[in-house]
Amino acid sequence: MKTLYKVPGAITDTPTTYCPGCPHGVAHRIIGELLDEMQLTKKTVIVWPVGCSVFGYYFIDTDAVEAAHGRACAMATGIKRTHPESFVITYQGDGDLASIGIAETIHAAARGERICVIYVNNGNYGMTGGQMAPTTLLGQVTTTSPYGREAHANGFPLKVPEMLAAIDGPAYIARGSLDNAKHIIQAKKFIRKAFKVQVNNLGFSLVELISSCPTNWKMTPEESLERIRKQVLPVFPIGELKVDEGVA
Amino acid sequence: METRVIINDERCKSCNLCVEICPEKVLRISDRLNPKGYRPVELFDNEACISCGFCYLICPDAAIVEIRRPVKAKV
Repeated sequence: MKTLYKVPGAITDTPTTYCPGCPHGVAHRIIGELLDEMQLTKKTVIVWPVGCSVFGYYFIDTDAVEAAHGRACAMATGIKRTHPESFVITYQGDGDLASIGIAETIHAAARGERICVIYVNNGNYGMTGGQMAPTTLLGQVTTTSPYGREAHANGFPLKVPEMLAAIDGPAYIARGSLDNAKHIIQAKKFIRKAFKVQVNNLGFSLVELISSCPTNWKMTPEESLERIRKQVLPVFPIGELKVDEGVA
Repeated sequence: METRVIINDERCKSCNLCVEICPEKVLRISDRLNPKGYRPVELFDNEACISCGFCYLICPDAAIVEIRRPVKAKV
């Protein structure tokens, strides 16, 4: 028998604490696979956020730091500057990166810090019970927008990759999705490019991953992936938004 | 014949995503329980499995541990 796919060694034996059907685990597996393939596991430092993935250091077997809410990019800046030989990733959700940590993220990008940001967007604050986040779609019902998000009262969904692609600092900005096998393979390609940006010392890279939240969307896992395809992807189209010269 | 999909029962959370994505529909939720109280997925038709790996790609809990394909004997 020939092995085609195997769970990478960077993923620990600890079962994840996420709800059934949560795509966080898919993102963890992609990161683990790439760290193993690019032989970076030993020198990687992952900065974990506040949110559902707060216990991420139990699931990926690398050095890890737990940042204050939203401050992962600021912490990663310090780690990368004091240990330039290390490989620094931050793993953040949309409530963490797009809301409380938007200043740290934009300024880290504008300075062109040599870090990789993995930004998982599921359109609400999953850990605390599904409150409205900056990325919640118009009309989406959450616990703090019981009649649906309205533009005149709550504003429009925030598109962080488009914002960062407009400034000169970042070297690579992309958006992938975790809703089916094709998009998961594509997302892995985007993250591989983002990792190569840091390996080749080219600058800041960010990959947004469109994710679901079956528990707080009150759907089965399959229905939540169907909702991504029908409602979320038209608002947040996938693709590469900024690719600097020299990024392979 | 050896199994083509190796499943770790203890990690499975019975989310049903692999059952839905499987193009040949050879996976199903089993009747037994794992230590966390979920019913783990099982491969019930090894012969019909085409080793495409879609279940591995979609699995959020790394419960689909390994996908294998038989090597054809050289004549």
